[in-house]
Amino acid sequence: MTNMRMTDQDLSTRDTKIEARDVHVFYGDNEAINGVDVDILDKTVTAFIGPSGCGKSTFLRCLNRMNDTIPICRVTGDIKIDGGDIYDKSIDPVQLRAKVGMVFQKPNPFPKSIYDNIAYGPRIHGLVASKSDLDDVVEASLRKASIWEEVKDRLDAPGTGLSGGQQQRLCIARAIATAPEVLLMDEPCSALDPIATAKIEELIDDLRQDFSVVIVTHSMQQAARVSQKTAFFHLGDLVEYGETQKIFTNPEDKRTQDYITGRFG
Amino acid sequence: MVDMAELSAMHGSQASAQRMKKRRSAELRLQIYGILAITLAGAALVALLWSVVFKAAGALTETYVTLPVTLSAQELDPDGTGDPAVIGRADYGGFVKDLLKETFPSVTDRKARREMYDVVSAGAGFELRSKLQDDPSLIGEQIDYPFLASDVTDLYLKGSFGRLLPQPHSGNLSVIPSEDGKTAQILTSSNDFAAALSKVKLELIDQARGLRRQAAMQDAGVREFERRAANATSDEVRTENANQAISRATERDRLIALAEELEGRAASAGGTEQLTRTAPTVLVRVDQGWVKLTEINATGGVGRVVLPIEQTDALPADDWKMYLTDLPENARKISDNQIVLIEDLMARGAVETVFNTRFFSAGDSREPELAGLWGAIVGSFWTMLVTFLLAFPIGVGAAIYLEEFAPKNKLTDFIEVNINNLAAVPSIVFGLLGLAVFLGFFGVPRSSPLAGGIVLALMTLPTIIIASRAAIRAVPPSIRDAALGIGASRLQTSFHHVLPLAMPGILTGTIIGMAQALGETAPLIMIGMVAFIVDIPTGVTDSATVLPVQVFRWSDFPERAFEARTAAAICVLLVFLVIMNALAVFLRKRFERRW
Amino acid sequence: MLGIATLLILGIAMAFLVLSRNRAVALAGGQLSALHSRPSYHGLYSFLWASLVGVGVLLVLSLAGGYFMQATLMAQIAGLMPDAPQIERELVLSDAAALSSGGIPSRVDEVREAVAARFGTLEAVRLWGSALLAIAAALGTGYYTYLQVSTTWRARNRSERIVRLILLVAAVIAVLTTLGIVLSLIFETLNFFNNIGWRIDKFLFGTRWSPLSGVHSGEMDPDKVGAIPLFVGTFLITLIAMLVAVPIGLFAAIYLADFASPRVRAWAKPMLEILAGVPTVVYGFFAAITVAPFIRGTGESLGLSVASESALAAGVVMGIMIIPFISSLSDDVINAVPQSLRDGSYGLGATKAETIRQVVLPAALPGIVSAVLLGISRAVGETMIVVMAAGQGANLTVNPLEAVTTVTVQIVMLITGDTEAAVAAGPAFTLGFTLFCVTLALNVVALRIVRKYRELYD
Repeated sequence: MTNMRMTDQDLSTRDTKIEARDVHVFYGDNEAINGVDVDILDKTVTAFIGPSGCGKSTFLRCLNRMNDTIPICRVTGDIKIDGGDIYDKSIDPVQLRAKVGMVFQKPNPFPKSIYDNIAYGPRIHGLVASKSDLDDVVEASLRKASIWEEVKDRLDAPGTGLSGGQQQRLCIARAIATAPEVLLMDEPCSALDPIATAKIEELIDDLRQDFSVVIVTHSMQQAARVSQKTAFFHLGDLVEYGETQKIFTNPEDKRTQDYITGRFG
Repeated sequence: MVDMAELSAMHGSQASAQRMKKRRSAELRLQIYGILAITLAGAALVALLWSVVFKAAGALTETYVTLPVTLSAQELDPDGTGDPAVIGRADYGGFVKDLLKETFPSVTDRKARREMYDVVSAGAGFELRSKLQDDPSLIGEQIDYPFLASDVTDLYLKGSFGRLLPQPHSGNLSVIPSEDGKTAQILTSSNDFAAALSKVKLELIDQARGLRRQAAMQDAGVREFERRAANATSDEVRTENANQAISRATERDRLIALAEELEGRAASAGGTEQLTRTAPTVLVRVDQGWVKLTEINATGGVGRVVLPIEQTDALPADDWKMYLTDLPENARKISDNQIVLIEDLMARGAVETVFNTRFFSAGDSREPELAGLWGAIVGSFWTMLVTFLLAFPIGVGAAIYLEEFAPKNKLTDFIEVNINNLAAVPSIVFGLLGLAVFLGFFGVPRSSPLAGGIVLALMTLPTIIIASRAAIRAVPPSIRDAALGIGASRLQTSFHHVLPLAMPGILTGTIIGMAQALGETAPLIMIGMVAFIVDIPTGVTDSATVLPVQVFRWSDFPERAFEARTAAAICVLLVFLVIMNALAVFLRKRFERRW
Repeated sequence: MLGIATLLILGIAMAFLVLSRNRAVALAGGQLSALHSRPSYHGLYSFLWASLVGVGVLLVLSLAGGYFMQATLMAQIAGLMPDAPQIERELVLSDAAALSSGGIPSRVDEVREAVAARFGTLEAVRLWGSALLAIAAALGTGYYTYLQVSTTWRARNRSERIVRLILLVAAVIAVLTTLGIVLSLIFETLNFFNNIGWRIDKFLFGTRWSPLSGVHSGEMDPDKVGAIPLFVGTFLITLIAMLVAVPIGLFAAIYLADFASPRVRAWAKPMLEILAGVPTVVYGFFAAITVAPFIRGTGESLGLSVASESALAAGVVMGIMIIPFISSLSDDVINAVPQSLRDGSYGLGATKAETIRQVVLPAALPGIVSAVLLGISRAVGETMIVVMAAGQGANLTVNPLEAVTTVTVQIVMLITGDTEAAVAAGPAFTLGFTLFCVTLALNVVALRIVRKYRELYD
């Protein structure tokens, strides 16, 4: 897997996809994120790591404004995607989420057929005009999520009937079908067994060719395996952000080092 | 193959923005449907409560007619015994009638007298009787006694039959009574009656319209029979149908002629019109005297003297009055004579409207002005008492058994399924059960709170069991473990530790179940609690009725005054329900415990 | 008399409670741990036995005595008036009962007085006999348990077993109720079918309903017991009710679950609860006094002829009654759809409306279907609204502006009507049985759907 890893030069040529400045998140009176600055590169896998409750998932959910669905949650600061402020009044979060897809911790296929699960996004966004185009999108997405071979003969079967790992890849395919530019993954493997996890990790590495991928993970090994950049969060602060190799081999901050070496977690 | 990158480019495109607008408006539409649904439900609730409260207002007061009365000893207690039994034997109905005759000596006509008697309640005499039985010393005295007014009087005063509308007038009036004094001619110096006349004429146009509608129906009949005659196969049928057509045509022509005549009268100014029972009533009043016009023209007319007029000549405009009624006489339960008598009594200051305590203290009656709710309230109390005494222990016992002791077997499953299904059996079926089993088989007295209470208890049981089980289940197992751990038996654990902790939840469920039972009607009708019961029940085996059944009974009576009483009874029922539910909410809030 | 006897028995049981407890204390001789069971359990044991045996004997004897009396007296009456029909003999018996207890009989004659005299004697024997025997039984049992008290006597285990048995009986009462319903309904239903010569097809598919016209004895004309007009009327009113309740209830539930602010929820939910708590008789009054005249007036101003007891009025008000039922059940199932599904949909850029229509509602569908089924079952069994606002004549029509009658209305009319109870009970209980079967089937199906649905998301 690591033979795919890019060199330092490769990374420096990437454009910045997401630019976050001084982001604060409040739940009611509690501050969950206290001023985070981060630049996320295009066509790169960025991992957010940190102990539970450190705010990494919360920050991830800011990037496609999923936090808007929680009434007591309030976000301040700037988050720009391709230079456009996503918290601008003119931005419709619904349209934003089409551009910034999301995969969740627990596989959550809709109680519909596999085909309809994948077609859901293209249909609501009106991405394709004809049935045959839709068929193409479904196939392409399933292929991209490396699940096509397993489900191509039973596209009409309910998505809930698949195994956990298949369900999660289905959810990834579902997110891909909406043709996003950024894919956010919130601990996508935490509910899966090791074999399914390996498959998903492989898939994430492939996805990097087309998307900017941001993944929240509990597992440092996973972050090391799949990401090029890593951000370490602790108690709502972004402690350290840099190339994955550097973070894991030569962290600058003491807290990062403690976490990496397993002193707390 | 579709290029995904191209698809990506569509986000944020013009087309996507267009589409977004549509998607947002679809979202708005769904929200509007939701708001509309809630608004409709709210509007229904408000309409329901408003129509009840609004109508109930009429039952809050009752009316008395206070008349000076000489309680003659000869009539009421000739021997001066002072014995209530003897006093009770006198004819009080006749006594009240005689009193009214004295009050209005000019009313002599049989029909008019009957209407006069109806101004006070049929129960007024009985009330006087019990007052005298309580206090025989009053006999021989002269007192001012308040006689309960009849429902018609009461409703008239509350405006249910429309109002008397004073009419503007400016002329001098002269009244020329006929020789027998029963009718009189009325004349003003200006056209004071023109406005009333034109109102009467409007009525004519209405009538004409009705006649024309009937004529049109006859006309349709003519055509139908003509058609049948034309299609007929035998001469006999043809003649018969032709005859039918002719007779219908005659009827049609007669109706049209009548309508035309009425329209002609309505169109021509002036003239004289007869005032029938369908026309608005025109009343002329001079001091104590009243005339009801039977014939009207622009300057006066001819009328029937209801109460004699003393002064007859050249009355200036300030000394006489003219009234019109909202409704014609045939559209209201009160006659013109009664209106005049009531207005006269009011002018004497004899009419008094007070808060209706009787409604809350009396038993049922066929006379709306005498009917009260106390019997039903007491009946509901006895019934609820039986329901509670049966449903609470059985329900809690069943819940304890099912939650704490029941083994997981077929019988337990069967019991559970049974309870769930019982909760959804229509209430009327429980009534049939009560009728067949408790009345028919066990011989429980019909119409009794005992029978009603048993049936309601069976109906409430599932509610109580389900709520109690939930409350018992909410007690954490650690409490049971703690008790069992120090050597308590399972029964001791349940009764000493689990039950007290579950009690608030159990009580809340019980109160809600009892509130449902209190509002239940159909099963009680099945076991005869719908009978007419005047006496206040004194125990669970007396015949009784309950609040909701009383509501049902009263709503069925034709007398208009019962409508207000029905609504008021509903209000009382709702007050009890609100209190019970508030108690349940309070218990839940006060003792709610999160483990 | 029986009430006093019951109180006496309870008093006796209480006395033995005290006696047995004291005896246990005395036996322990200051060393309570010497006893197997604490003294209060010895008392409880005595109390339970004495009261249960006493009350049981009292119940059985007085009931059995009642039947014996009835049989003897009916035999006597049959001997005195051999030609009279059964009905008249029963009347004589009830008059005799009234005569002897100081009530008001319908008539007084020699036969009645003779029976009344016998009735008085027998009644006295029955009451005194059962009361005395029951008291004796209570005393005997109490004394026996009193003698059983000893240091090794396992009073606690034994009384706990009795209490558990009592609890089981309480739980079984629900089953007995169902059994009672089924038996009482079936008995009269079979009787009725027998009276129409087992022409069940005529009952289920006939279109003419006037079962009591020209009927004096049990025999009924199978051509006059066609319940189709009733079924159609019930169906029509139920349909109207569901057309009102389902959209309003469902949209309200959707709005409350996914759109409403907490403030809106805070007053909308109690409002729906109040709507649910209003007694049906109040809805009936509302339908008859407010809604029906309103619909009639509106219809007439549009040139339609509307019956004053139109199916529309009853149906609409019944719909209002069922709104909270549908909305609260739907609210529950909509809320039970996991948030993760909603998140998945939002994460793909779906609007709330799209999420609800395409993800939440399909997921909640089984629950909503069962809510609607339960709502239908409610509507079918609802009595007061239709008794007060729907028609009474069996009118076969599907025009909502005309008056129709329903199964429940006919049951009430038959039972409360002037016709003799024994005759009217047949058709009434048969309708009741039909109603019971239909609602039971609806419930069973609905509960099964709900259970399946729960398994899906638990």
